[in-house]
Amino acid sequence: MNTTPPDPTPADDADARAARLAHVLGGVLRAGVAASILVMLLGLTVSLLRHPDYLWDPEAVKRLMQPGAAFPQTPAETWRELLAGRGRAWMTVGVLLLILTPVTRVAAAVVAFLVTRDWAYTAISLLVLGVLLLSFALGKSG
Amino acid sequence: MPPTRRPRIALAAAAPWRYAPAMTPVEVMAVSFLLALAAGAFGALLGLGGGLIVVPALTLLLHIDIRYAIGASIVSVIATSSGAGAAYVKEGLANIRVGLFLEMATTLGALAGAFAAGLVSARVLMFVFALMLIATALAMGRTRDAGPAPTVRAGRLAERLRLSGSYWDPAEQRDVRYVVHRSGLGFAISLGAGLLSGLLGVGGGVIKVPTMNLAMRMPLKAAAATSNFMIGVTAAASAGVYFARGDIDPFIAVPTALGVVSGARVGARLLARVHSRWLRLAFTIVLLLVALEMIRKGIVA
Repeated sequence: MNTTPPDPTPADDADARAARLAHVLGGVLRAGVAASILVMLLGLTVSLLRHPDYLWDPEAVKRLMQPGAAFPQTPAETWRELLAGRGRAWMTVGVLLLILTPVTRVAAAVVAFLVTRDWAYTAISLLVLGVLLLSFALGKSG
Repeated sequence: MPPTRRPRIALAAAAPWRYAPAMTPVEVMAVSFLLALAAGAFGALLGLGGGLIVVPALTLLLHIDIRYAIGASIVSVIATSSGAGAAYVKEGLANIRVGLFLEMATTLGALAGAFAAGLVSARVLMFVFALMLIATALAMGRTRDAGPAPTVRAGRLAERLRLSGSYWDPAEQRDVRYVVHRSGLGFAISLGAGLLSGLLGVGGGVIKVPTMNLAMRMPLKAAAATSNFMIGVTAAASAGVYFARGDIDPFIAVPTALGVVSGARVGARLLARVHSRWLRLAFTIVLLLVALEMIRKGIVA
């Protein structure tokens, strides 16, 4: 394996590392999307089983889909509703999983660059990760 | 209790210009799914994300609040980008270094854009979205490949960050190596692309691909793949803000995301069989009509 720093063919070494990194990042992305789709479908099913009136009651649209609609809006609320077995909380978890997929991808990149001692890109990916985490923290005040 | 009979109304899609009341939640979800399916398929065929189509479809045809429509769109944008991004990354087409470098700019821009979206009225959002559609329609007419860079030396910043890359081109049976130029300019434009993505809930590939191709001189294939790879991270930055603000309604976002993801798969399969030139022309006209309708609605509403 190419672990010695002074490599006579730096391009090949970089290619090999890039290929490994790509493999890891691609896996993170696929797994995240698949998991979130499953949880979304589960939530939708639970929600429709618990509220069959969604099939025939036009009034429910106001409660579910118009401004001021009730659905969990913080992780804490989502967790509480999840324990209560509400479908909409599972749907929200699916959405959150999807949002977290690219975040995980960046976190995986941080680790991968750390391992290969690529400090510049460790810093760059950490910065991106920082902005992403900031968005969740700041979102509440927005 | 027996369901009360209500007069069957045609789906809103049949009479989009009038207010169509009285759909049930399941009907709204089914129609959102189908609209998103079409959006995802067209998006994949034309190399656009679904966001440009999803937002107008939800607001104009289903009368969903534009904030919820943008919230749903941003979620589906993440889904398609991650799905397509995984494939591109695996094929080695996406340039991960360029992606991360520009993501510093797009995420910051997206964060600002998502905040800005909370400050302006729905009417302003409609107008800005319409302008974005018109700009896209005009840009679609003349997508061209910049061709190889004029010099073989990369820009100074690009050299320091080792942005230049290569990918295996199966059609040409060779490794395509390329050098990256003007990364500073690319970074600056990416700030704007991120801002627009955060404000309107679109992927912003329309800006990112030409930036990487024309300004940074990356081959079109690598630019498109890298753009796709970046879009998910960019959208995640604004999705955090949208979620915390309560703009991501699961009953709208879930069917939309499921639809766009399935549609993107269908579109990718159709890709080889469709004449993209006529499709592009038809789509340009549709975008312009949709833009006009959004402007009209922005004035009337």
